[in-house]
Amino acid sequence: MNLNMNSVETLVAQIHGLSGSISDINQLHSLLKQSEDLFQSESTRLAPLLTELDPFMHSLGYLYILDACTSAPISKEQASELVLSIARFINLCAAEQIRLAPDKFTSVCKRFKDQVMLLEDPMQGVAPMLTAIRKLQLSSEHLTTLHPDFLLFCLLAKCYKPGLSILEDDIFDVDQPRDFFLYCYYGGMICIGQKKFSKALELLHNVVTAPMSILNAIVVEAYKKYILVSLIHVGQFSISFPKYTSSVAQRNLKNFSQPYLELANSYGAGKISELELCVQAHNEKFEFDKNLGLVKQVVSCMYKRNIQRLTQTYLTLSLQDIANTVQLNSAKEAEMHVLQMIQDGEIYATINQKDGMVRFLEDPEQYKTCEMIERIDSSIQRIMMLSRKLTDMDEQLSCDPLYLAKVSL
Amino acid sequence: MDAEDEATGHMIEEEEIYVNGGEDGDESKRHRPIISGEQLDIEAYAALYTGRTKISRLLFIAEKCGNASMQLDALRMAYDEIKKGENTQLFREVVAKIDGRLGPNYGPDNAWADAVDRRAELRKEKLENELNAYRTNLIKESIRMGYNDFGDFYFAHGQLGDAFKNYVRTRDYCTTSKHIVHMCLNAILVSIEMGQFTHVTSYVSKAEQSQDALDSITIAKLRCTAGLALLEGKKYKLAARKFLETGPDLGNSYTEVIAPQDVATYGGLCALASFDRAELKSKVIDNINFRNFLELVPEIRELINDFYTSHYASCLEYLGNLKANLLLDIHLHDHVETLYEQIRNKALIQYTHPFVSVDLHMMANAFNTSVSSLEKELEALITNNQIQARIDSHNKILYARHADQRNTTFQRVLQTGCEFDREVRSMLLRANLIKHEFNLKASRKH
Repeated sequence: MNLNMNSVETLVAQIHGLSGSISDINQLHSLLKQSEDLFQSESTRLAPLLTELDPFMHSLGYLYILDACTSAPISKEQASELVLSIARFINLCAAEQIRLAPDKFTSVCKRFKDQVMLLEDPMQGVAPMLTAIRKLQLSSEHLTTLHPDFLLFCLLAKCYKPGLSILEDDIFDVDQPRDFFLYCYYGGMICIGQKKFSKALELLHNVVTAPMSILNAIVVEAYKKYILVSLIHVGQFSISFPKYTSSVAQRNLKNFSQPYLELANSYGAGKISELELCVQAHNEKFEFDKNLGLVKQVVSCMYKRNIQRLTQTYLTLSLQDIANTVQLNSAKEAEMHVLQMIQDGEIYATINQKDGMVRFLEDPEQYKTCEMIERIDSSIQRIMMLSRKLTDMDEQLSCDPLYLAKVSL
Repeated sequence: MDAEDEATGHMIEEEEIYVNGGEDGDESKRHRPIISGEQLDIEAYAALYTGRTKISRLLFIAEKCGNASMQLDALRMAYDEIKKGENTQLFREVVAKIDGRLGPNYGPDNAWADAVDRRAELRKEKLENELNAYRTNLIKESIRMGYNDFGDFYFAHGQLGDAFKNYVRTRDYCTTSKHIVHMCLNAILVSIEMGQFTHVTSYVSKAEQSQDALDSITIAKLRCTAGLALLEGKKYKLAARKFLETGPDLGNSYTEVIAPQDVATYGGLCALASFDRAELKSKVIDNINFRNFLELVPEIRELINDFYTSHYASCLEYLGNLKANLLLDIHLHDHVETLYEQIRNKALIQYTHPFVSVDLHMMANAFNTSVSSLEKELEALITNNQIQARIDSHNKILYARHADQRNTTFQRVLQTGCEFDREVRSMLLRANLIKHEFNLKASRKH
């Protein structure tokens, strides 16, 4: 036993010594890999060794020892301490070093997540996880296993802003498909919470149309939300899937979301009363899926859409007529709806309270301002960048030996 | 309100510039509308037709008209007509419908029916023997005549399916193109009676492909049956074209199918419902050939002219009056509503087209309707994008609205950019995922 401890001590000394240059670090890395079993056996006694090491300079060594420490079962009292120490490590560690051992880092962070969940204080996990992601990512287009955990923390802590900042990055590189599904699903939920419906629609669309060979629960739930967000944001929902959707999804998703499809149908019919009947009928199902809030938003959206349609036909209309056409109860309610829509920028109108008339105006946007030019310009730049990416990918693929082997057969 | 000249560049008959829909105090300048459409004179109507179609039309009128006296009239004439022929099946049907209401002269006459049936049996045997003889002798022309006779026989006895089969069988024995045309015309006649208009279309095209030049009467016959088939298929524009191309030589030579009044009515209404102004002018109003047909139905001629000169109130009045009688027409019955709706919509669209703003009160007067119902109709048309305008509901004015091209272009550009962005990103992601899966499978294999 003591022999082992001595070996461990030697290793620690080596860590101290070999944490200087890149070649040294590589050597250290191979040494550490060889000593894994050693670490595993001494897991309970490694904690004090951590104090000897500096998390920044000796990140790699620290990581290995930390990993071994946390692999042992942790008691409740130790948990909060452990959480703090891991958080400290994450904040201080050197990115280049930990990127040499990404799975170790990931497993440490996973255990961190478990402990935070045990403590039921997701707020603690938000900041460290964000730092962890940034350090682990090879580029901002890289999706790590930690992304969904981070988003989960944001959701549970109701701390949406950091989540949104991560979602702004475009993802092109995925490690594990499962992470991708969870990432998109949680991301969709965060966007819905922040009322960024177009981004939510995009994320949910990616989940539903992702290539997959068997259906999983994430996709089913995502599809339900996708239907609702589609109704809220676009005002219609088409049952046909795009061509690139996997056949598994195309065949099976509809079976799991019958009440939602019925809701979409009655929305399309355009009558508020029918829609509300439908909502009543499937109330429990919606509540069970925790989608009741979204469903209520769908109903209020219908009023909005009907009023918007009126702007296409009328220049001025009395509030009473609006109430009648849109099936609201009174002119007062109509006034409130229209007022809300004007404030949200969904229609352009003026209300004349004396006559009880609403005057619909044209969109004042003239597309002549500098901001508009900048917007178009940045759009062009983005699209050029995407096109270049596309051509690069195409070239890469044409040189890929596996692909060529398949194609030439 | 801005009143502009009808800026369509066509000549209008009256020299004055009319405020659209405005009432003119001086009656003499306007044509006095010839109100017609009194209750249909069944005898005159039936006199236009011969053969089986006369009976079918009379029975249809009896079925669809509202009042009993008209019904009995129609049934009586049908009875008389059937007695002149040999169709005992139809005879029994009519007797059942009359139900003794017309007195003993119009009751079941079993003696007559039996006599006819017996005669039919004998004739059938005779025809069969003759046909067999011809068949053994293999004289093509005789076989053809034999089948033809059989077809005629079955047709007279109301067995339309058999008649059709026999007519079609003559095809193999036709030697000249005249024979083929003859067969086609027979087949067309039977198909129309059976109501199978797909056959009509195919046989019309077959006849038109004949190598010898057809005489003008035959061409006219083929055109109007093609028009009938298209009318049934709800292809009103094409049907109108066919009817308008029917030559005046048709005259009364096709009364076993269609009367020249019908050509005018069907053609006129379909044209009004589906042609735009230029086509209406060139193909209907200026069409000399068709004028001959229109003379036979002056109401249709008047209402087309009224529509073209924007006297919508009187045009719609004519239409309203004619409606009851048109509903009794066997071919037009199912299409009257649709055609009327289309004509009305066209009238509304044409009314608003030349103006920048339109006072809804004056428009309601012109169309003889109330402002609120007019508003509803206009709303429907605007929502369907058939009128580019917006309604000022407060002042009851309709303002023309032309989309700002520049703004819509910008909007579309930005939107396309966003969509492209989104699609390409999703595509790259999916490609990445698939590559992953593929790599996974590949690595598992090794």
